[in-house]
Amino acid sequence: MPQEQEQKRIQKKGGGEEGGEGDAGQVQSTSKAEELKGEMDEILDEIDSVLEENAEEFIKSYVQKGGE
Amino acid sequence: MAIPKVIGTETEYGISAVGAPDFNPVLSSSLLISTYAGALRRIRWDYEQESPLRDARGFEPVQVREPAEEDLGLANVILPNGARYYVDHAHPEYSTPECASPRQLVVHDKAGERVLERSLIELHHVLPPGQRIAIYKNNSDGKGNSYGTHENFLVDRGTPFGNIVRDLTPFLVSRQIYTGAGKLGAEAPWDDRDRHRYQLSQRADFFEAEVGLETTLKRPIINTRDEPHADPDKYRRLHVIIGDANMSEVATYLKLGTTAIVLKMIEDEYLPDLTMANPVAALHEVSRDLSCTAQLRLADGRRLKAVEIQWEYLERARKYVEQEDDTPDNRDVLQRWENVLSALESDPLSLQRELDWVAKYRLLESYRERDGLAWSDPKLRLIDLQYHDIRTDKGLYYRMAATGKVDRLVSDQEIEQAVMEPPDDTRAYFRGRCIARYPDAIAAASWDSMIFDTGKEALQRIPMREPLRGTREHVAGLLDRAPDAASLVDLLQA
Repeated sequence: MPQEQEQKRIQKKGGGEEGGEGDAGQVQSTSKAEELKGEMDEILDEIDSVLEENAEEFIKSYVQKGGE
Repeated sequence: MAIPKVIGTETEYGISAVGAPDFNPVLSSSLLISTYAGALRRIRWDYEQESPLRDARGFEPVQVREPAEEDLGLANVILPNGARYYVDHAHPEYSTPECASPRQLVVHDKAGERVLERSLIELHHVLPPGQRIAIYKNNSDGKGNSYGTHENFLVDRGTPFGNIVRDLTPFLVSRQIYTGAGKLGAEAPWDDRDRHRYQLSQRADFFEAEVGLETTLKRPIINTRDEPHADPDKYRRLHVIIGDANMSEVATYLKLGTTAIVLKMIEDEYLPDLTMANPVAALHEVSRDLSCTAQLRLADGRRLKAVEIQWEYLERARKYVEQEDDTPDNRDVLQRWENVLSALESDPLSLQRELDWVAKYRLLESYRERDGLAWSDPKLRLIDLQYHDIRTDKGLYYRMAATGKVDRLVSDQEIEQAVMEPPDDTRAYFRGRCIARYPDAIAAASWDSMIFDTGKEALQRIPMREPLRGTREHVAGLLDRAPDAASLVDLLQA
């Protein structure tokens, strides 16, 4: 899907692919980002246990009209 | 010289029902609030001082006000912490009491979430079996409908409104890189609704104008509502409607803290001209740029990234704080602001502990990868929504917080205290303590007055037009000496 490619490209850019000065800092922060990503993977099981059932139905019924 | 920034937030919460086909969000919001009010006495909100259609630019109101919600008998209460909790159209809305620092604001903004959570628990005791209400602190239903999280700042009436428009607009457009709460999907009228792209901001899609009075259609970056809720000759209340509802304490802190310093610099004419060529287009572009590298065109022809525009503000703010306003609170805001900008420049996705949009993106990305889901999968939409669920045992932000995966700024104990107690150092102290001490004698209340019924023929109105008067320091002794409202009024009028 084109959208997926776009998301991936953006993520890579965000990961600091550009070279040049400050490379070391970027490598360092990227490895920090990787470490953080690992942290996120740890809680996916817990998320499964609290997610509402029937995602499609739930999302479809979430409509907010009026406000401000 | 700039005036102190008294601040507050108003949050409209999303509300939905499970197992109730004839769900009415207006009545359910009302029931939610009145159930919470329970033992608390319902106090009529005094609308006399309110005129939401008055315009800061001096325009006359152009349309009549809709019937006040209270005419329909909907819940509208003031809480002992000085907050207002009421029905706004089809949402429960929580307005924090006036706060004197961004940290205090974070405590009270979070206390609002606890009030909603407690209301929900109470409500579920009285709902028919099988029915359940869900509450979300977000700003969009993903179907083109938005509800607001508004920030309020006390500003000097003497500051020309045009200066606020000129100097605040580039700031609001660029601050999304740290204030965004993240959103899966596109809802701008011109965009493709089926495009499942991730954005920094929940709200950017809904803004179409640079300046204006509206809050529900053709929303403007700078809102001109002019209801100071204070001495109108001295003050404005700047009503910032463009922000996202943040779960992250760091994001809320920065959102209010940096904007307050920028407003002080505007009052003192301390800022360079950063006028953008097309602020509305830039707003949408920044929200869609996860790498935070998009170049935005300024009116003078320069091209700067959002983070570079933020550095311009921060550089000036450093000098300003050093020369004009050197307080520990300000220094802390500057330090955190700098840390976040540095990380946004080198690696935005490293900010998952600090920023909502990064945390949520990480969550979605990890989940998607594990299960091999397409971005269009409804499960991902559900994760986006449930990140904002205010239940501490089910909300995904709260599950992350419980396992130490997000940075906190304040303690649960402070938040708990703020559910029942007002801030010490604004007029909210007087309001909240009066509600707690003399509930039977209060006929009405508003942001800038209390009306007492002390049994005399006439009601007694106590004006509170100075947001920094009525603090603990000013009135605690007085309140201690007044066993009832009649003696309080006597003491105040002596």
